[in-house]
Amino acid sequence: MNVASYIFGIVAALLVLVVVIEMLRRRRLRERHAALWLVAGVIALIVGIFPQILAWAARLVGIAVPTNLVFFVSIALLFLVCLQHSAEVTVLESKARVLAEKVALQDLRLRQLEEAQAAPRPSRSRPS
Amino acid sequence: MTTPVRRTLIVMPAFNEQASVATIVAEVARALPDVTCLVVDDGSADRTTATAREAGALVATLPFNLGVGGAMRTGFQYALDNGFEAVIQIDADGQHDPTEVPALLEKLDEADIVIGARFAGTGDYAARGPRRWAMRLFAASISAIAHAKLTDTTSGFRLSGPRAIQLFARHYPAEYLGDTIESLVIASRSGLRICQVPVAMRPRAGGVPSHDPFKSAAYLARASLALVFALIRPRSTYRSEGEPS
Repeated sequence: MNVASYIFGIVAALLVLVVVIEMLRRRRLRERHAALWLVAGVIALIVGIFPQILAWAARLVGIAVPTNLVFFVSIALLFLVCLQHSAEVTVLESKARVLAEKVALQDLRLRQLEEAQAAPRPSRSRPS
Repeated sequence: MTTPVRRTLIVMPAFNEQASVATIVAEVARALPDVTCLVVDDGSADRTTATAREAGALVATLPFNLGVGGAMRTGFQYALDNGFEAVIQIDADGQHDPTEVPALLEKLDEADIVIGARFAGTGDYAARGPRRWAMRLFAASISAIAHAKLTDTTSGFRLSGPRAIQLFARHYPAEYLGDTIESLVIASRSGLRICQVPVAMRPRAGGVPSHDPFKSAAYLARASLALVFALIRPRSTYRSEGEPS
C-alpha cells in the first residue's frame, strides 16, 4: 500500500462521517436511522488509519485476502440498512392505514352532524 | 329473532363498484329495512361514494385503497364507536344474498363469528383445480384450529358478534387474503367461537372468477403463506390491552 491509497481510505471514511453528521445536524436524518451509517463510517476510519487491524481481523476469521473482509462487512451493513428500511416502511404503512381509516370515519361523522344541523327541527312547522 | 335488527350493521367494502353498489344497497334496504348499511368506499376512482349515498347508504370514503381488510376494519371501528352488536360483511358485487342474513343472525347466540358457507349443500357454487385444493386445505386446517366443522373459510359473507367486533376493530388483518384466512386464525386463537351456516351464492354482478392455473397457483402459495404466518405469529401482536397475558 502506498501513501496515496492510505490517504484515500482515510479521506473516504471522513467524507462519510462528515456527510452523516452534517445531515444529523440539520435534522435531515434521524438518529435511529443514522446509527448504522455512523458505525460504518467509524469502522472505515479506524481501518483506514490502522490497516494492520484489518489484516489481523482477516487472519482471525480465516480470510486469506483482507480486502474480502472489507467487502463482506460492507455488504452486511448495506443488507442491515435495507432490512431496517423495509421494517420502517411497514410501520409507516400501518400508521398511514390507521390514519386513512380515521379520516374516513371522521368524514362520515362530520357529514352526519352537518346533515342533522341542516335538517329543520321537528318543533318548527314546515312551510306549507 | 334473538338479536334486535337495529343493532346490526351491514358493512359493504366497495372498490370501483359504481355499476352494482346502488342495486345491492337497495336490495339490502328491501330485505332488511331496519338494518344500517355502511358502504366503505375503498379509494375508488369512480362514483362509488356518490352512487351509494344516493341509494341511501352511509358511506365512509377511504382516501386511498387499503384492500378489503382495511375497509372491513373501518367498518368494525364504526360498529364499535356506534354501539352495534353485529357486523355482517356483504360484498358490493352481488355475490352475497341479503335475504340470507337472518339465517346468520340466528346463530349469534352460539358463536362469535358465523360464516355463510358456499359449499355446505345450498347453492351451486363450485371451484376447480388448484383453487379448489387450496380451499379444501384451508377448510381442513382452520377447522382443526377452531375446533369446528368449517367447509368454506375463504367466504367473505360472515357475521361478527360483539367480541369479534372488539377484536377486529384493532386487529383485522389488512394483508392480501388476511381478511379471510388470518382473521379466522386470530379469532380462534383469541378464544372466539366460529360456526357456519350453508348459504347459496349468486354469480357476481360484475367480473368473472379467474381460472388461470398460474393465478390459482399464486393464490395457493400466497394463501398458504398467510396461513403459516397467522399460525406462527406471537399472540402479543393482537392481544387487546387490559387482557391478561
